[in-house]
Amino acid sequence: MTSLSATIKDVFNEPSCAKNATKSEAEKKKGCTKQLQPGGAAGGCAFDGAKIALQPFTDVAHLVHGPIACEGNSWDNRGAASSGSSLWRTSFTTDINETDVIFGGEKRLFKACKEIIEKYDPPAIFVYQTCVPAMIGDDIVAVCKAASAKFNKPVIPVNAPGFVGPKNLGNKLAGEALLDHVIGTVEPEYTTPYDINIIGEFNLSGELWQVKPLLDELGIRILSCISGDGRYNEVASAHRARASMMVCSKAMINVARKMEERYGIPFFEGSFYGIEDSSDSLREIARLLILRGAPEELMERVENVIAREEARAWAAIAAYKPRFKGKKVLLITGGVKSWSVVAALQEAGLELAGTSVKKSTREDKERIKELMGQDAHMIEDMTPREMYKMLKDARADIMLSGGRSQFVALKATMPWLDINQERHHAYMGYVGMVKLMAEIDRTLYNPVWEQVRQPAPWDRPGDSWQDRALAEIAEEEAEIAADPVRAEAARRAEKICLCKNVDLGAIEDAIREFGLTTVEGVKEKTNAAAGCGACAIKIEEIFEASDIVGLPTDAQTIAAE
Amino acid sequence: MAKVVTAKKACVVNPLKMSQPIGGALAFMGLRGCMPLLHGSQGCTSFALVLFVRHFKEAIPLQTTAMSEVATVLGGYENVEQAVLNIIKRTKPEIIGICSTGVTETKGDDVDGYIRLIRQNHPELADFPMVYVSTPDFKDAFQDGWEKAVTRMVEELVKGPVNPARRDPTLVNVLPGSHLTPGDIEELRTIIEDFGLEPTFLPDLGGSLDGHIPVDFTPTTIGGVGVNEVAAMGHAGWTIAIGEQMRAAAVALENKAGVPFRLFERLCGLGPNDAFIAFLSEISGRPAPLKYRRQRGQLIDAMLDGHFHLGGRKLAIGAEPDLLYDVGSFLHEMGAHIEAAVTTTHSPVLENLATEEVLIGDLEDLETQARGKGCDLLVTHSHGRQAAERLKIPFHRLGIPMFDRLGAGHKLSVGYRGGRELIFAVANLLIAHREDNHQVAPDSFYDSRREWANDSGAAIATVQRH
Repeated sequence: MTSLSATIKDVFNEPSCAKNATKSEAEKKKGCTKQLQPGGAAGGCAFDGAKIALQPFTDVAHLVHGPIACEGNSWDNRGAASSGSSLWRTSFTTDINETDVIFGGEKRLFKACKEIIEKYDPPAIFVYQTCVPAMIGDDIVAVCKAASAKFNKPVIPVNAPGFVGPKNLGNKLAGEALLDHVIGTVEPEYTTPYDINIIGEFNLSGELWQVKPLLDELGIRILSCISGDGRYNEVASAHRARASMMVCSKAMINVARKMEERYGIPFFEGSFYGIEDSSDSLREIARLLILRGAPEELMERVENVIAREEARAWAAIAAYKPRFKGKKVLLITGGVKSWSVVAALQEAGLELAGTSVKKSTREDKERIKELMGQDAHMIEDMTPREMYKMLKDARADIMLSGGRSQFVALKATMPWLDINQERHHAYMGYVGMVKLMAEIDRTLYNPVWEQVRQPAPWDRPGDSWQDRALAEIAEEEAEIAADPVRAEAARRAEKICLCKNVDLGAIEDAIREFGLTTVEGVKEKTNAAAGCGACAIKIEEIFEASDIVGLPTDAQTIAAE
Repeated sequence: MAKVVTAKKACVVNPLKMSQPIGGALAFMGLRGCMPLLHGSQGCTSFALVLFVRHFKEAIPLQTTAMSEVATVLGGYENVEQAVLNIIKRTKPEIIGICSTGVTETKGDDVDGYIRLIRQNHPELADFPMVYVSTPDFKDAFQDGWEKAVTRMVEELVKGPVNPARRDPTLVNVLPGSHLTPGDIEELRTIIEDFGLEPTFLPDLGGSLDGHIPVDFTPTTIGGVGVNEVAAMGHAGWTIAIGEQMRAAAVALENKAGVPFRLFERLCGLGPNDAFIAFLSEISGRPAPLKYRRQRGQLIDAMLDGHFHLGGRKLAIGAEPDLLYDVGSFLHEMGAHIEAAVTTTHSPVLENLATEEVLIGDLEDLETQARGKGCDLLVTHSHGRQAAERLKIPFHRLGIPMFDRLGAGHKLSVGYRGGRELIFAVANLLIAHREDNHQVAPDSFYDSRREWANDSGAAIATVQRH
């Protein structure tokens, strides 16, 4: 376990992470893991994250060492697509029993490797550690080493038992396994000046194939995709690429950075979600390849492809303009993290409800992303009543969000589209954005919404739950409006930090009492922004909204009168 | 009489089995205002959540004690306490159901002791309903977790003993096994009510996971049987247990409150429903309503129409013991031959399945046997889809999880109507498969006949099958 804790420490100390770079030494030591709240947590464990990151390698046997829960409850539940082997969808687990827990599961694990090789003969086996064998001290690194030697086949330990942290830590630990045991172990058959790695792309719903034809056309070769539609020998020879693109935000930043350190492969963080981002990413790939010695004419070809694809995509999207005229979208996502989704929605004539930010500076983009992330947080706790009201208030016609809010949205009979990773449609690249518009159109104009909103025959007019909800809410609002003390209490009750459950009133009081002027100060006194940190911008807005330091609160003023 | 064999492999390939904590959690989801809580790492809960959301296509209430590595080693009292307090604060549940997992059982957390301590330290929770069930992942299977959770609910929540004179003969307890869907529960409710009886289901997934639109929305279960209703189950005249897995809970209820029980091992097919209707008639003192006499006729008609398609089929079936025994037996009664049967855990009913051998194993075993024995019908949960694709045989989805088709919660197998629906579903599948893959061509018979001439009778079967 010492080596695992060392790895975790190393992963936390990520110099390329902008967030990490701004932290104090003490904070860095704590790592970037959000402290989990028992009874209030959601989300996968480190093992889940490791498996998500590596399972899209299609020809590898993925063996989970643990009790049946870890694999039996979860296998074949990801929508990654393969152009070749389907072995990745075959589930392997040691399903350890009580006897193994008492006497240790190492022998069973070794035998399991043997059985897999005899029956399926994959190019490699990835062995995933889980909590129970980690607790009883099964040394999977040693077992994998012995199995590799005995069967003359790479058997790779992925040491990310669930209880060491959340999913994103698991992503990174998976990356460490690749860096330690896989990358650089095989030489590619040939190399070209146009070889790239794509890191952190999982080919969900086959979305990589919305972009790959363009790369093929440009003669850019994906030497290795980590890990969507990837193959073992490709990732093992990824160290010979000329440049890397890191997608999916920071999931595998450690892989990109360490490959730069070890093999001198430059990388950039990019995205293929949205038209502008796609173009930027293609340019960046070309720039890095040229930097590494590819002929300069590549950029011209890239620009030509971009011009052609953009023109096509914008033309296709413009066709939706008459259909989308006057329609409002409520976009709530921490998921598809791309400003250019917003740009594409606007280009198609959709109005964005709830956000007033116009596309301008980089900061504005960051801002809207973070705000939408916050709202995504919040919406999971909403009742249909509140959701219905929010949609009414926003006068939105359709909501785009992540899968977690699906059932709340649908029960509020609200047109809804999944734009996060569980979705079934591929939205990458230029064709992907056009596809997104088609899906919005299909959802928006489905006559089913009129149907499902019909009152039941036993409902009297004005007595549906929707009507009742709105009436109740209006009544409450009227009461509050008539009562300044309650109005102030309601204003102060607005939740600013959802992670640490801190409301506006507490923050205002702290600002006044201690004369705070910075987010850091507020964090210290109220614990707000000490969780995911996304509400820091809301706190800045409180500072911006008015110079409240030193002023008495409204409530105090009213009381004084 | 079937021989029950356990597979001898170090590596399970394509598991049929799921873990028992989530079987326990699903049982708790049949209680009203309940928040099930898994005492383990956050992954234990998140995998279960994804599984049930994909199966039921509903929001699923399920929480975690979020055990970290350090907490696991030091013991989880603080985590359980905090989780309980947080859940009560955030979601205002009527009851919390706690299942242990592999991690916390390996450490040996004494959760019963923790709950006592929580009640001591927080007097306001002295009477707050909390039920704990021990369900280590490294033992038993999904069905066992359900069985244990329901038994614990009876032990903790049912009030007893009851004065036999105060028993209300119109009240009937129903203890459904984990193999029944919310749709099955609704069907049973209707049937029992049609006899003038008032059923209480424990657990009642028909009330909570049937996909209704709630008027107001809670983060806990939205329906199901209430804690007070469970407490009153001791007053009922009878308990009906469905599936051998419910025997323990029925016995516990009898011991605690003196309610006699009748266990129905099966409720799919003609014979089992005749026995069920006869029993309801007997305890209610009413004749079977006309509706069921007509439904019985419809089932017989469906059996006659369906036997052309199901007769002689070579069936490969993988399911948990009670579901395997119930549906497997019915398909056998329709003329299918159970050539390969795989299950997840031990149960006394397995020996009674009309086949030679029942294997406690995985879907790789089922696929291998199906291939070896030339099976031409695969019945198992959605994870059988890859095997079906490779085997190129018709595939009927049965059990949890069913994530790649809609309506998992409303699949019906109980009652005369359930049998009728099942026959139509399977027979239509077989017809569609034949139309898609086995159109007769000029050389269809020529090739077969040549084999027949050279070989044994194997080819005859091929001709007949297609």
